[in-house]
Amino acid sequence: MSEILNSNNNTQNTDVKCFHCGTPCNEIDIVVEEKHFCCNGCQLVYEILNQNDLCNYYDLESNPGYSLKGKRKNQYAYLDNENIKDQLIDFENDDIIKISFPLPSIHCSSCIWLLENLYKLNTGIQQSRINFTKKEGYFILDKKTISLRELVEILDSIGYPPAINFGSLDEKEQPQKLSKTFSYQIAIAGFAFGNIMMLSFPEYLGLEKGNFKQIFSYIMVVLSLPVIFYSAKDYFLSAWTGIKEKYLNIDFPISLGIITLFLRSLFEIFFLQEAGYLDSLAGLVFFLLIGKWFQQKTYHQLSFDRDYKSYFPIATNVIRDEKEIPTPLNKLVVGNLIIVKHQELIPADGILTKGKALVDYSFVTGEADPIEKNIGDKIFAGGRQLGKNIELTVNKNVTNSYLTQLWNNDSFKDSDSQLSKFADKVGRIFTGFILSVAILSLFYWVPKDLSIAINVFTSVLIIACPCAVALTIPFTYGNIVRLFGLNQFYLKNTNVIEDMQEIDHIIFDKTGTITDTSNTQISFNGKMTKIQKNMVLSITNQSTHPKSREISLYLNEFEILEIDKVEEIVGLGITGKIGNHNIKIGSAKFLDQRHSDNKGVFVAINDEILGVFTFQHQYRKDFITIVEQLKKKYTLSILSGDNDSEKQYLEQYFDHLLFNQSPQDKLDYVQNLQENGKKVMMIGDGLNDAGALQKSDAGIVITENINNFTPACKGIISANKFGKIPDYLTFSNKSVNLIIAAYILAAIYNIIGLSFAVQGLLSPVVAAILMPLSSITIAAFGVFSSNIVGKRYL
Amino acid sequence: MKIIFGLIAISFVIAIGFLISFFWAVKSGQYDDDYTPSVRMLFDDELINNKNNKTE
Repeated sequence: MSEILNSNNNTQNTDVKCFHCGTPCNEIDIVVEEKHFCCNGCQLVYEILNQNDLCNYYDLESNPGYSLKGKRKNQYAYLDNENIKDQLIDFENDDIIKISFPLPSIHCSSCIWLLENLYKLNTGIQQSRINFTKKEGYFILDKKTISLRELVEILDSIGYPPAINFGSLDEKEQPQKLSKTFSYQIAIAGFAFGNIMMLSFPEYLGLEKGNFKQIFSYIMVVLSLPVIFYSAKDYFLSAWTGIKEKYLNIDFPISLGIITLFLRSLFEIFFLQEAGYLDSLAGLVFFLLIGKWFQQKTYHQLSFDRDYKSYFPIATNVIRDEKEIPTPLNKLVVGNLIIVKHQELIPADGILTKGKALVDYSFVTGEADPIEKNIGDKIFAGGRQLGKNIELTVNKNVTNSYLTQLWNNDSFKDSDSQLSKFADKVGRIFTGFILSVAILSLFYWVPKDLSIAINVFTSVLIIACPCAVALTIPFTYGNIVRLFGLNQFYLKNTNVIEDMQEIDHIIFDKTGTITDTSNTQISFNGKMTKIQKNMVLSITNQSTHPKSREISLYLNEFEILEIDKVEEIVGLGITGKIGNHNIKIGSAKFLDQRHSDNKGVFVAINDEILGVFTFQHQYRKDFITIVEQLKKKYTLSILSGDNDSEKQYLEQYFDHLLFNQSPQDKLDYVQNLQENGKKVMMIGDGLNDAGALQKSDAGIVITENINNFTPACKGIISANKFGKIPDYLTFSNKSVNLIIAAYILAAIYNIIGLSFAVQGLLSPVVAAILMPLSSITIAAFGVFSSNIVGKRYL
Repeated sequence: MKIIFGLIAISFVIAIGFLISFFWAVKSGQYDDDYTPSVRMLFDDELINNKNNKTE
C-alpha cells in the first residue's frame, strides 16, 4: 500500500500539479510515491488504479483525471430498488444485465482505456464499451458477481459518475434508427446516381442504337425506382404537408421537378426509345441528401432539449416506519415524509418538519444568497440543501411543483420545424416565377407544335428545379454551425442562425450569466491584526458554508490555530473560542448590528466589532466591452431573480432592468415583448430562465462546463467565450449576404438552363452536365465563403 | 465497342456488391461511433509494450 509521506497546507508549491487531474496543488498537497495530488479524492482514485495495475491510465495522457475536489460521494442505494432498476436496464436474463448510461466525465483517450478495462477492477464486468462522441458507456454484467449498484459505485469511485436522473425514467429515444435510414437513403441515391451515369455512357458518347442500349434504359428505370420511392420520399412528404396547410415550402418545387423528371424520362424511354434524364434525377436527389447530411451536424454530447427532469435526481429517500426507503421520484405522493441530506437537491415542494434548512436557489431562481427556512416553512423544489439533514412532508407532486409547473406552459409544446424560413420565402417566389415561365412558354409553343410545347414545359420544370437554391442554406449555414462549434458556441440547428439575424432585443439574466458565480470578490472593511486574522481563519476553516469557505480562501496565507470550541448556527453564523478569545463571525443579526443593512459577514472578537467582509459577485471579464458593443445595435434588458442591490451599477449599461423576477415573470416579459413585434434573444444559464429561453426567438445558455446541466435552448456557449457574443452575432448577420450571393449564382445557372429549356433544346447531356455542376459550385461557394468571412469574426 | 457494354455490366455487378456491404456495415453499427475505435485500436500495442518493459 502507498504511504502518505507528507500532507500539509503550503503555498510554495504553485507549480506542482496534481498527478491525477492536473489542478495546481496550492492549498493541499498530498504526496504519495513522489506523486502529488490535489485532494484525497484524486489520491484515492490513483490508489485504486495502482492496486489493480491500471496505471496505464496515466501514461496515455498526462493528468487525465477530473478534479474530485469538493465532490461529494453520491448515494446509490436507490439502485437496489427493482422498480428503478427495471427502468434503467436495457436487457436482463438469468445470467447477465446489459445497461448503458451517459458518463459526462469522459474527455480523453485515457478515459476510454480505463473504462474499457474495468474488468480488471471487478471480474463481474464482462464487457464495457465506450462511445466517446456520445459520452456513453455500455456494460455487460455478470449478475452473480456484481450488482448494478456496485458497478455504478465503482464508476463513481474512479471519477466517472453516470448521469442518472429523473429524466432517465422516461422512455429512451432511438435517434440511431433515424440516422441509419438516412444513411441507406444516401447510399441508394449515390449508388443509383453512379450506375445510371455509367449506363448512360453509350448515350453520352453518341454510340449507335443497339439492343444493349434499350436494356440499359430499362435497368436505369429499375435503379431509379428506389431513388424516387425511398431516397426522395421525405421531400414529397414535406411538400404534401405544406400543401395541406396551404403553404408552399421549398420542398414543393423540388418535388415538382423530381416528379416531372421521372415521368418525362419514363415517357421517353418507353415510347420514344430515348435515354431520358434519370441520371440527372438520381444526381439531384443524391446532392440534396448530401446537403441535408451536411446540415445535420449534431453535437451528440450536448442536449438542447433538457427540462427539469435531467436536473432532478432519479430517487429520493422516503421515511416509512423510521426507515429510509429509496423511492423513484415519479412514485412520490403528497404526504410522503422525505429526508434531504447535505448537498442534496430538494425534489418536491414540501413543508419543513425537522431540521433547519439553508437552501441555495441560485440555479432555479437566480437569488445569489442561500435562504434559510425553519420548521413549518414551505420549501420549494429545486434548491440545494447546504445545511445538515432535513425532513419535509411533500405537499405537491413533482410535476406540479412551483418550479416544474413552468413546463406546463404552452411555449414548451412548440416543436420547431427543420425548414428554413428564408429558403421557404425564396422558394415561394421561385415557384411562382417558374410556373409562370413554364405556362407562358407552353402557350407560346402550343399553336406551333404540341410535342415541342410539352417538351418545353417539362424542360422548364426540370431545369428550374431549385437544386442550387435548396443546397445553399444547408451548405452555408451547416458550415457556419461547424465554425461556431469550433469556437465553443454550439447551435441546435441551422435555423438558429436565421433567428439570430432578426434579433433586436437582448435580455440578460444576472446571476451566473453576466456574473461569474465561481468568482466572488471579497473585501474586508475594518482592521484586524495578524493574530486576529489567524483566529478568524481557524474558525471559518471549520465550516462548510460557502461564505466561510470564501473567507478561508481569502485569508489562506495565514496560520491555523488550535481551537477550543466551535459552533455553527445555521443561517446566522459561527462562533468559536481560541484561548480566552471569543470569536463571532456572522450576519448583522447574529452580531446584534440591527441598524446596519449590510449583507456582509461581520467579525467580532471579544464582543468588539472588527469589521465586515463584503462579497460581490464578479462580473464576467468582458462584460462592459460587450455590453457597450451590443448597445449600439440592440435594446438591452436585465431580468434577474435576485434582489436589486446592484441596480444602480447596472443602470448605466442597460435600458430596462427588472429584479426579483420569478421564472414565470421572465417568460411573460419575453411574451410581452414579442407581442409588441420584438424579436428577442434571451441569454441565461439556469432553470429560472428556462421559460424565457424557450419562449424567446433565440435562447442561448451560457455554461462554465459543457457537461453541466443546461436548460432547453437553441444554443449553448462556453463561458470563456462570453466576450465573443457580439462577434458571433455580427457573423450570423453577415452570413445572410453569403446566402444572397449564392442565390444570385444559382439564378445565373437557372437562367442559362432556362434559355436552353424554353427553346426546346434541353438534351439529357446538357442536363447531366448543368445540374451536378451547379450543385457542386453552390456547395463549394457556401463552404468557402463562410470560412473566409468566419476567419474575420471568429 | 461491344467491350464497353460488357465492362459496364461487370462493374454494375461489383457496385451492387459494394452497396450490399455498405448496408451490412451500417446495420452492424460500424457508423454509430466513428471516433472511439480509432483510439481503441492503439491501446493493445501500448499494453504489450508496457509489459515488455516491466519484464526487462
